[in-house]
This record gives sequence, structure tokens and C-alpha cells, in this order.
Amino acid sequence: MAEESKIAATLTCPRSLPAGETVLLGHGSGGRLTSELIRELFLPAFDSAALARLDDQAVVSVNGCRLAFTTDSFVVKPLFFPGGDIGSLAVHGTVNDLAMGGATPLFLSAAFIIEEGFSMEELRRIVASFREAARTAGIEVVTGDTKVVERGSGDGLFINTSGIGLVPPGLALSANQARPGDRVLLSGPIGDHGMAIMAQREGLEFETTIHSDSAALHGLVGEMLKVTGDIRCMRDPTRGGLASALNEIAGQSQVGIELEESAIPIHEEVRGACEILGLDPMYVANEGKLIAIVAPEAEEAVLQAMRGHALGRESQVIGTVRRDNPGLVTMRTVLGTTRVVDMLAGDQLPRIC
Amino acid sequence: MRRGQPGASLSPGIFQRDSPDITRPCDPNHRHLCPYETKVKVGGEPRELAAASLLRSAASSSIAMKYVDEYRDRRIALALAGEVARRATRDWVLMEICGGQTHTIMRYGLDELLPPCIHLVHGPGCPVCVTPLETIDKAVDLASRPEVTLVSYGDMLRVPGSRSDLFHVKAAGGDVRIVYSPMGAVKIAAAEPQRKVVFFAVGFETTAPPNAMAVWQARRLGLENFFLLVSHVLVPPAIRLLLRSPENQVQGFIAPGHVCTVMGYRQYDQLAREFHVPIVVGGFEPVDLLEAISMLVTQLEAGRAVAENQYARSVSYCGNTAAQQIVELVFEVCDRKWRGLGAIPQSGLRLRPVFAAHDAEKAFGLGEITIPEPPECISAQVLQGLRRPTECPAFAGRCTPQSPLGAPMVSAEGACAAYYHYRRHAAPVSRPGNG
Repeated sequence: MAEESKIAATLTCPRSLPAGETVLLGHGSGGRLTSELIRELFLPAFDSAALARLDDQAVVSVNGCRLAFTTDSFVVKPLFFPGGDIGSLAVHGTVNDLAMGGATPLFLSAAFIIEEGFSMEELRRIVASFREAARTAGIEVVTGDTKVVERGSGDGLFINTSGIGLVPPGLALSANQARPGDRVLLSGPIGDHGMAIMAQREGLEFETTIHSDSAALHGLVGEMLKVTGDIRCMRDPTRGGLASALNEIAGQSQVGIELEESAIPIHEEVRGACEILGLDPMYVANEGKLIAIVAPEAEEAVLQAMRGHALGRESQVIGTVRRDNPGLVTMRTVLGTTRVVDMLAGDQLPRIC
Repeated sequence: MRRGQPGASLSPGIFQRDSPDITRPCDPNHRHLCPYETKVKVGGEPRELAAASLLRSAASSSIAMKYVDEYRDRRIALALAGEVARRATRDWVLMEICGGQTHTIMRYGLDELLPPCIHLVHGPGCPVCVTPLETIDKAVDLASRPEVTLVSYGDMLRVPGSRSDLFHVKAAGGDVRIVYSPMGAVKIAAAEPQRKVVFFAVGFETTAPPNAMAVWQARRLGLENFFLLVSHVLVPPAIRLLLRSPENQVQGFIAPGHVCTVMGYRQYDQLAREFHVPIVVGGFEPVDLLEAISMLVTQLEAGRAVAENQYARSVSYCGNTAAQQIVELVFEVCDRKWRGLGAIPQSGLRLRPVFAAHDAEKAFGLGEITIPEPPECISAQVLQGLRRPTECPAFAGRCTPQSPLGAPMVSAEGACAAYYHYRRHAAPVSRPGNG
């Protein structure tokens, strides 16, 4: 009887809902749910060593030539936002995924999935923006695809881009390369892109408009690679923000990462918007920032190289890789205390109070 | 204080000179204590503290975000923690009521700053956490109906009921929408008259006024398709329950600043007198909470037990009377079940009969259901401050935010979730010094 009541209690308790029953929005947030989906469904299904490294790009060898290959889909809403639009974002996102592997971006694909009834004028603007971003980044659009779906089957416009780049000989950047003692460098203030989108979406107005930081980072990366061979890995903290990207590195390298809260740059208007909405900028998306894990002896040279580039002027050393707390990101707070910086399960949600 | 208003004796607090005047003196004859406002002597010691001058200089200096950064200032925080250390001569158990305050304590590691004799325990003030399983199940039921649009604050969506949560209902095709204000739900009801729009009205006294206003507006606009699924709870009855418990260990309370912004702190004054327990209304930033703790310890060491107001830049003795009036007009007090604590008499709000047409429970014929809490969960003891989250054998193993067994692990502001998110690392080697 006791066993029966135990089983009955187990059946009624509010345990975790069976994952896999339905796909939730949180599975696309870049947080823990996304990570679970990749590890439990996609990795076993595709069984690839290059994929299993879970870097922003795969690096594959073809006839002695090391190619970086990546793909990304863009479903941003609104399509136009201060500082960019879905067209330029689709170029920058893929260029940055290549750049985080140290690759020189070469070729880009462009696939447009358009909803029936979409404004031709808006499509022209987006394509022009796409073309301009690709031209500025020096990457050639060499293939593409167009699909139109019935009204109601899409959300205006989705874009997928894939990119191919060339990785310099001897360079092997990967999220599993961080070592105790390494330094964590960040190329500038966090949260601009996510809050620009959110402010636009929610109709929030501030004294100054928040602009997305959307930008192609391969030029900045090129300057960094010129000064040292001691960069372990780079990430652009997009979905899930700085916290999620660092948690991935800590997990894959099985090291602890300790951050200094006061060293993390955040624009005042982004902080203000986050305060109002109850969001933590550590989890807000960026589209023009990078994190670099570098050997301690290379810290100064890399920092100077970053600050010498237009997209890295506000670069900071924000933390250190440590032996303790493997797999965890911790933060020394502004008060001098220490706390964990966790990975979110899904999206950040507006709170009740 | 409104400058140029002779006779107004209410002290608006530390940042009075620069604060916007959002407090209104309701009773010129009522004096409350604000330790930094005057240099009166208490127990032979000047009340003007070292931290006060630091606060004042921080307020007038070029700080990046005013009304935020000065309340996260390391020097001020350490000065206040130092004051607590100097004053405390024995162990004291203090409870913050509000989940937002718990979140701040954990996020900033305030307990690391305080002397070991100050024991912070965490109260039942997370509205997401204490919403009963039965109510979540009712929301899930409503959201699954094809004619219903269920509108909610975001953080209710991932709270699991006994079978599902609102995120899964949404993924399965249910019409579930997130808003920042209940008026957003009223707008949906006006724009989509063919939909039955149900707003999930949870929360403490803080969210009751806007929810009341939404119902009142819906009635005024003749929106027969607008409903409220109400699970409002009230703070003072929960404190009363804790204080009446023979097991109670809490010796001083930090009252919830946002609740008191609406309700004032008259009720807490009564509780302090009735149970001879010091209560300080506290804000939500690290300096707010350390100052509230300092004020509590000062009272405890002096053997005093009154209600004081640390969060005077937002809270007045009588609160926001207009907000109270709309709540009084729309809601009436009722018995309410709290997740983790059980039924507490006269601890909730429900719609008055005159607004019954907007009551989702009545309009949709939602019957009474009872769902047992998992026996392994010790949330009742955690919510009463009797045990720490980390003392639970299920903590961070069988019970995580992704798979919560009970109330305090459900929302980020619940005590167990706060420990889980912020305290899974090895203990720091040393406490931060006065450097």
C-alpha cells in the first residue's frame, strides 16, 4: 500500500514535462533547452566529429585546405530596427560565425522564404541592405534560393545564409581550448542588439534610441590574429547573450570562468531598459561583439589590437579562466561577493513584479 | 517631504533632496523613524551614520544611473554591513518577505557581507511560487479551449501545473499571449470581440490595483468577453501565520517595499505591536536591504519592536489610497490556498459579486479540484524560514528549476531557485573586506 501511494504521489507531482512531446519557443532561445535539443536529437542523428565540437562553425579539410563552413537562419521581428535590418543581419551573423573560427569569409548563400503578400518595396530594401553588407564585408554571394509560402504559413520573411571561409594554417580555435589562467576579453558593451529589438517591438521609447550593434567582425578578428597565436577560442555572444556563450565555453573546456561584474561594459540606456523590463543584460543578444579567451601572456597585445579597431574600441578584460568550479561561470559582483552566472532554460520573460 | 510644506513631517528618506515627490504625507501627525533624516541620539549613539554621508555623496556625484547605482555602491554596502557587525552582539534570524528581495540577496551575495550571527531566511513572497497547482491547472484548462485567449505575465507560462504548463499549451495551438500590463488584455478583448479573453490575475497587493482597474475598465467599456482568473494573495495574513506558529524562529521582518508602496505600512505597524516583532519596510537594491537589516538589528539589540520605513523614497505610511480604493471597489477578501503553505484564512482577494460576470471561475464553470503537493518537497518549511533550500535532499538533484518539485523552485525569485541559480559554486575563500 505504501508503495502504491508513493507511486500515486510520483504521478501527480509537478515534475519536468516530458521534453520531446512538443517543441517550445524556448528550444530556440540559445539557452539550456536549445542545448538539450542539440545534444539529445541532432548530435546523435548526424554523428559528425566536426559538428560535435559545437563551435559556431565547422572546420573541415579539403585537399589540405582548411575550410570553415557555417549556416544560420534569421527570423527577427521587426524586420527593420535601429542599426540594421534582417538583410544586413543575415550577412553579419554568418560572417561572424566564420570569423569566430579565425576564418577569412569568402562565399555566402542567400535563401529567402517569403510569405505571400509581402511588400515588394520592403523586399527591395532588405535585398539592397543585404548586398551592401556583403560588399562591405568583402564576401561574395554565390548561390541562393527563393521560396514563397502561403499567407499565414510564414511571418513576413525568413532568411537563411550559409558561408564558407578559409582558415589560416595552424590555427585551431575551439570552445574546448580554454585553460586555467587564460583571460576573457570582450570587444564592447553588451545587450545593444537585443534591447534595440525589444524596445522597437514593445514600443518603448527612451531619451536616446538604442541601436543594434549588428556588424561584421572578421576585420577585428584579423587584427587580433596578427598580434598573437595564443588565442584559444572566440565566440560571438548572440542568442542567450554573454552568459550563455561563456557557459558553453566553461562546459566544453571543463573549466571555471570567473567574471568581474564591474568590468563588463553596458550602455546606460541598455541598462535602463533592462531594469525597466526586469531583464538581465548578461542574457540579451549581441550581433557585433565577440568574446576571446586568450593566454595570459597575450592579453595585453590582443587587448591593444582590439582597441585599435573601430569595432573593439571599448574592449575590456572581463574575467579569468580558473581551475575551480569546472563547468560553471561565476561573477565577482560589484559588492565584492561571488555568485553563479547560470545558463537560462529558455527566453527571459517579463516578470509579474 | 514636499519642500515648502511646513508641518509635513513624513520623512521621505535618504535621497529626499533629489527624489521625485512620489510620497504624499497622509497624516502630518504621524512620525516614523528614518535613521538618516535626523541626528537624534538613540542609546547614546548619534543616528547620523557613516553610511549616510556616503549615500549623500553618492547621490550628488556623477553616477551612471541615478536611483540605481548609488544603491549598489560597494563602499556604502560595506559601511552598512560594518555597522551591522558592530551592533550585533548575538544571533538574529531575519526574514525578507518578498521574492524580489530574496533575489537581490542571492544575486549580490549580501549574506557574504554580513557577520555570521545574522541568519537570513526567505519568506513566502514570490507570487509565481505560491500560486496553487489547482489554479495553474485551471489556467491550462482555459488556455486549451479553442474560444479562449489566455493572457498572462510572462513568468507564469513556464510554471508547471499537475499535467502541463502554458508554454506547452501554446505550443499545442492554445492562444496564450504575454503582456506587460492587464490593460493589454483589455485591449485584446476590445479588439477581438469574438474571443473570450481571460487575464491570469496573480500576485500580491502590488498587482491587485492594475488588475482591479482592468476589470473596472472592461465593465465600463461593456466588454462581456473579458474575464479574470484570480489568485491574488495578501502579505499580512501570511506573516501572521508565521508568527503564530509555535515553531517560528524569525525575530525580525523586512516588509515588501512594493506591496507597501500600494498599501502603506499601517498593517505592519499593527503586526509589530501585536507580536512585538520589529518590521522594516525595505527596498530591493543591495544598499536598501543592508540598511533595512541594519535598522532591524538596531531595534533588536535595543529591545524595540516597531515598524520602520527604509524604502521611504517610495513608501508612505498610508500608501497609495487611490490604488487601495480601486482594489476595495473590485475585490473582496477571501480565504486562499498558498502553494507550499496550504490554506490561510482571509489571505486572498476575489472579485466582488457585482463583477461576477467577469469572473472566469464562474463564467467557465471551473469546479473545485485538489492536487496534493509531492511529499518529498520541504517547501512549507523553507517558506517559513525553518529550513534552508540546501538542506533539502532533493535540492539541485531531483528538484531543479527545469524540474521543480515545489513552490520555491518554480520561479527565479523563489528561495530554492535563487540558491540554485546563484549558489552552486564552491564557497568563496574569504569574505570581502572593507577594502
